[in-house]
Amino acid sequence: MGKTAREGRGGQNKGGITIKVGIPRALFYYYHYPLWEGFFRGIGMEVIPSPPTNKAILNSGIGAAVDEACLPVKIFYGHVMALIDRVDCLFLPRLVSVERKAYICPKLMGLPDMIAAGVTGLPRVLSPCVDLSRRGRSVGDALEPVGYQLGKSAREIKRAVKLGLAEQRRFEDLVSQGYLPVEALDMMAGHHVPEPPGAGIKVAVVGHSYNLFDSHISMNLVQKLRSMGAVVVTTDQIPEEVVEEEASRLPKRMFWTLGKRMLGGTFHFLSRTDIKGIIHLASFGCGPDSLVGELLERHARRQRGTPFMLLTIDEHTGEAGVVTRLEAFLDMIERRHRNEDHVSAHG
Amino acid sequence: MKITFPHMGNTAIAVKGLVEQLGLEAVVPPPCSKKTLNLGTQNAPEFACLPLKINIGNFIEAHEMGADTVVMAGGCGPCRFGYYGQVEREILHDVGCDLNFIIIEPPDRHFGELVQRIQTLAAGKSWLDVVRAVRFAWYKAKAVDEVEILAQELRPRTVHPGEVESVYRQALTEIDLAKNRKQIELATARARDIYESLPLHRDRDLLRVGLVGEIYTILEPFANQRIESILGRLGVRVHRSLYLSQWVNDHLFMGLLRIPGSHELCEQAAPFLNHFVGGHGRETVGGAVHYARHQYDGVIQVAPLTCMPEIVAQSILPVVSRREGIPVLTLYFDEHSGEAGLVTRLEAFVDLLRHRRARKEGTGQ
Repeated sequence: MGKTAREGRGGQNKGGITIKVGIPRALFYYYHYPLWEGFFRGIGMEVIPSPPTNKAILNSGIGAAVDEACLPVKIFYGHVMALIDRVDCLFLPRLVSVERKAYICPKLMGLPDMIAAGVTGLPRVLSPCVDLSRRGRSVGDALEPVGYQLGKSAREIKRAVKLGLAEQRRFEDLVSQGYLPVEALDMMAGHHVPEPPGAGIKVAVVGHSYNLFDSHISMNLVQKLRSMGAVVVTTDQIPEEVVEEEASRLPKRMFWTLGKRMLGGTFHFLSRTDIKGIIHLASFGCGPDSLVGELLERHARRQRGTPFMLLTIDEHTGEAGVVTRLEAFLDMIERRHRNEDHVSAHG
Repeated sequence: MKITFPHMGNTAIAVKGLVEQLGLEAVVPPPCSKKTLNLGTQNAPEFACLPLKINIGNFIEAHEMGADTVVMAGGCGPCRFGYYGQVEREILHDVGCDLNFIIIEPPDRHFGELVQRIQTLAAGKSWLDVVRAVRFAWYKAKAVDEVEILAQELRPRTVHPGEVESVYRQALTEIDLAKNRKQIELATARARDIYESLPLHRDRDLLRVGLVGEIYTILEPFANQRIESILGRLGVRVHRSLYLSQWVNDHLFMGLLRIPGSHELCEQAAPFLNHFVGGHGRETVGGAVHYARHQYDGVIQVAPLTCMPEIVAQSILPVVSRREGIPVLTLYFDEHSGEAGLVTRLEAFVDLLRHRRARKEGTGQ
C-alpha cells in the first residue's frame, strides 16, 4: 500500500484508481456510519467497512489491546487490523463529544492514540476530532478538515458533508419508523430486511448500540429474544426530547451521552405498561455502565413493576448460559403475566 | 450539622481544617480499613472503581459516628468520579443510611465560584471568612505535602525503616491539631528537625522511580497497599506526579497560585496522547515522559481496576517506554489485591531496574 491519498484530486490518483478508505465496523459505526459513508463517497472515495465481527477479528483484537480494555474496544482493534492490508487510509475519528457538555467515554477520546500505539503497519490515518462539548454545530463539521487533508476544495467538501448529513437523516428516519439501527444500516446497504414481529411479549433491551447490534458481541441477543417469541424494543426509537425530559429527573445532569439515553429510555419504559421486562446488556469493564447500570437497577427495583435483568458480557461469555438466562427471564414474565389477576400477598 | 467527607490520603486534615474554621462540626471517618472496604464492596456495584467502594465504607462508618451530611467534590466527566456523589447517595439511601449530600462542583472559570459554593455550606459567613478558612486549609495541605515529601526522601536512606514512618505519623497528627498558621509552621519545623537527626545511609545508591496514575490510588496508601513504603524499604526514592496541594490548586483554585501543576505534564504527553481523556490519563503519559527525560530508573503506574483514563494511558505507555527508554510497570488495585503479590512484583521490577542500571554503568566506563 505505497500510494497515499495526497497525490489525488477528486479522490482519484493519476491512474484513475479510486482511493479506498477503511471504516472499522465497531463502536460509533453503529451511530454515524451513514454520515461517514456519504461524506467519503461524496468526495469520490471508495468506502470499505470491515467485515462483521468474527472469531478471527475478536482474537486479533484481544491480542493487540490491553487486557483491561472493554470488549467493544478490543473488537475495535480487531476491525482495524482486518482493514490494514485492504485500504489506502483508515478513518479513526476521535469521538470526544456529540452534544454540549456531555462526553461519550474516555476510551473513545483516546482511541486514535491507543490504536497508533498498539497496532503496527497502519496505513495513512484520518483522525478528525469530533467535539461538540463547547462549540461546533454538527457532527458533520468535524469532517471538513479531513476533506482539506485529502486536498479537496471547499465546494467539494461542502457538498460531501451535505450528502453525509442527508444519509444520516435517512438512517435516523428509518430508526424512528421502528427499525433497529442495524436493520436500517442493512436497508441502506440494499439488503432486504424482514418486517419485525408485531405480537408477543414486549421486552426493552437497553445498552450501547455497538454491543447490542454486533451479533458476535451480543450473541445475537435481539434475534434470540425474537425467536423466543418476544418483541424487542430499544431506546433508539425514543425521541430526543423524551429522553432529555425523563433524564432530567436526575438531580445532576448525566454527562455521558449514551448513559443519558439509557437512563432516560429506561425511565420512559418503566412508565409504560406495555413493556413487560427490561434487559440491560453491558460489557464487562464498561466504566460509565458500572454507574449508569446501578442507577437503572435501583430505580427499576424501587418501582417494583417491571422485571429487570443485567446481562454482562465479555470475551469469555458462553452462549448456552445466555440462552438459559433469557429463557428464564421470559418464562418468569410469562408466568407473572398469566397470574396477573391474583397477585401474591407477599409481593 | 455534622459534616463528614471521604478519605483520600491526607486530604481529611485539610478538609477538617476548612470545616472547623467555618465553625461547623467535622466527623472524620475512621482511617480506611478492611472493614471500610468490606462495607463498600457489599453495597457498591461490583464493577465500580475502588475509590467509590471505599467512599461508601467511609460514609457508613461516619454515619455510625453521628455524621448527617457529606461534603465532597463533584466533576463534569468523562471520568466516573464526577458522578460518584449521585450514585453514592442512592446506594446509601437504599441501605437506610440517609445522609444529606453537599457536592461542591469544581469552578468553571475562577476561584470566586469556589468561595461562593463553600459559602452556601456555611450560612452567615462572610466572603472574607470563607477565604480565610480556605487559606487555612491550604496551609495545612501544603504542610502535609512537605512532611510527606521529606518522608519519601528519607525512607530509602533510613537505617531503621520504622523511624521515618513514626516521625511522619507524628507530624501529621500535629498538623491536624494545629489551630493557626503559626502552629502549622511549628509542626513542620519540628518534623524537619527530627527527620534531620535520624541515622541515615547517606552514601546509599538509590534507584529513582516516578509514580504516576490515578489520583486517589496515588494519594491513598490504603488503596495502593502502601506502595511507597514498600518501595522505600527496597531502596527506591519515589517521586510522585501528584501531590494534594497541587491538585487543589489545579482543580479548585483554577491554577490561581503559580506553583508547578499538571499543565506541564499534559504538554509532555504529546505526541503519544494528544487529547484530554478525563481523570489523570494525560498526566500519566506526560509524567512517564517527564521521568524518562529526567533520567529516572523506572515508572510505576497505579490505578483502580477498570479506570477508564488509566486504561487509555496504559495502552500507550509501552510506546513511551520503548521510545523514551524507561521501564514501566502498571499495577491495578481492587478489593482482591493482596500485599504479598504486590511485594513480589515490586521486588522483581526493582531487580530489573538495578540490573539495567548496572549494565548501563558498565558500558559507560
